[in-house]
Amino acid sequence: MKQNEQSGAVKWLLIAFSAIFLAVMLILPLIYVLITAFREGVQPYLEAVTDPYALKSIQLTLEATVIAVVVNTIFGLFASWCITKFQFRGKKVISTLIDLPLTVSPIIAGLIYVLTFGRQSFLYPYLKAANISIIYAVPGIVLATIFVTFPFISREIIPVLTAAGKDEEEAAALMGAGGWTIFRRVTFPHIKWALLYGIVLCTARAMGEFGAVSVLSGHLRGKTNTMPLYIELLYQGYDFTGAFAVSSILVVMAIIILVLRSVLEYRGKKNEE
Amino acid sequence: MEKNYYVELKGVNKSFGSFQASKDISFGIEKGKLIGLLGPSGSGKTTILRMLAGLETADSGDIIIDGTVVNDVPASKRGIGFVFQNYALFRYLTVYENIAFGLKVQKWPKEKIRARVEEMLRLVGLEDTAKRYPNQLSGGQRQRIAFARALAPQPQLLLLDEPFAAVDAKVRQELRSWLREMISAVGVTSIFVTHDQDEAIEVADEIIITNEGRIEQIGTPKDIYRQPDTPFVAQFIGQSSIVEDFRRFAGFEHAGSGATRAAVRPEYISVSKQGELLKFPVNTETGVVERTAFRGSEIELTIRVKDTLLTAKRLLDDAPVSVGETVHVFIYRIYAFDNEKAYVIENAALTSPDSIVI
Repeated sequence: MKQNEQSGAVKWLLIAFSAIFLAVMLILPLIYVLITAFREGVQPYLEAVTDPYALKSIQLTLEATVIAVVVNTIFGLFASWCITKFQFRGKKVISTLIDLPLTVSPIIAGLIYVLTFGRQSFLYPYLKAANISIIYAVPGIVLATIFVTFPFISREIIPVLTAAGKDEEEAAALMGAGGWTIFRRVTFPHIKWALLYGIVLCTARAMGEFGAVSVLSGHLRGKTNTMPLYIELLYQGYDFTGAFAVSSILVVMAIIILVLRSVLEYRGKKNEE
Repeated sequence: MEKNYYVELKGVNKSFGSFQASKDISFGIEKGKLIGLLGPSGSGKTTILRMLAGLETADSGDIIIDGTVVNDVPASKRGIGFVFQNYALFRYLTVYENIAFGLKVQKWPKEKIRARVEEMLRLVGLEDTAKRYPNQLSGGQRQRIAFARALAPQPQLLLLDEPFAAVDAKVRQELRSWLREMISAVGVTSIFVTHDQDEAIEVADEIIITNEGRIEQIGTPKDIYRQPDTPFVAQFIGQSSIVEDFRRFAGFEHAGSGATRAAVRPEYISVSKQGELLKFPVNTETGVVERTAFRGSEIELTIRVKDTLLTAKRLLDDAPVSVGETVHVFIYRIYAFDNEKAYVIENAALTSPDSIVI
């Protein structure tokens, strides 16, 4: 009885602490973003978000995100498939390298690409001859986004595939099924929810990426500014209404993704039972 | 004499890194037989099964199925039915789709698939589970579905990896006789892996005993049981007590061969209380009961005879024996072995003419 009362007190203390922490660290700033965005009324808000530069930045962010997610989905599937289904030398190395973007600062990721594809690089003459510009152009932004987000999908799939083992795939192979049939009918149903969850995380991270993209973009307004970069630009120019208005769009996108994430997590769990 | 084998392994070797899982494996199996691959865990029996299926590749040697060397034939083209230890049913497909899977892959027409799946479900007696998912079935039902799925494409060879390991004792007993009947009804050549000697002896037509990557002995359950060839088999089969110097026991003093160690099985020991009529008064030892254990259908006794512990059994109806009691012990037969071979030795009282039988 006493034990229960005590743990009851501890429970409420912990709940209160978490609630206050979240309120101060997250909810208050979010409310502040919205208040500031609408501070001067609805009209300036609408003007700020329909500004051609703002629209261009939204478009670029969506483009980079979609490309990064598609590329990383394919890469993530292949990487986790080969890591979990085969034994080979250097497997540990690959599996560690996949985590690299999580540990390297995004600024450094950006600089790596500047060194690899920039003027100093031995690749530069060839790229120039082929008329491909990467640095300070959209391809650079896409590359940086891909780099920063590539662990997310494979990290979600690998544990699921490891837990599922190889038996079902072997059973299917013994019955004469080819690789594609095995993937479609046996493997994919296993990883469906994990994959979607990974895609959601990857999307969220790709939309918000600032550091690496900042290094590679060159900050050309209306050309290579993504939403986070554009927000920073407005903020540096003391256009608080504009900055927070565009921020609010990013926040809304993030919240949609958060809801999606919860739904997927719930469906995934239910599916496992 | 060259027999007409359906499945044959010739000098097959297989290593995983520095661990040699199969050492010079050779054996042949006739068509329609049910074979048990028996051995302790890590003895290489599953590796043999997986090489036959094409899930592992042999380092050297030939694997021959139906007269064709299949070393380079991929698993998907060998036409083998395989039942996995934990069944490996497709979790996200219904029972119907599970059984239909192999037929769909082989592009059977739809109506034929339906007919075949229904036939298989009838065969295993689970017609009403067609729409269920594997996690809605009991362990025994999953086993039957796995069996139906493996047999649906009409394989010529069925391989089963520890088919009874994942079900509880009661169901296991039922499934054993069920599987035995099914396989002889279908008439498919089958090989199953097990570490349980009772299972192998009860189910198999022929047993292949493996140990440390080698084949120790091949024979019918009766042969294996009565005539162990190697020291390993002598000790592995039955519930043997190992005796360091068997010549100390009455009736075995003058036994030939250089072996000194022997395995003594409880079924070859007769225990009588003092005062009970002795079947063989000659060559009977006395011993002290150290432990008695109730085993349900019988009483298991641990008896110290000439400083050696022997395990023996008495029926529930026999007069009870208590710990510390001195009893008469008669050993009918032992399996003596040296480092190379095993020999059956009978008690001299059974063979010599001057023994008195009352």
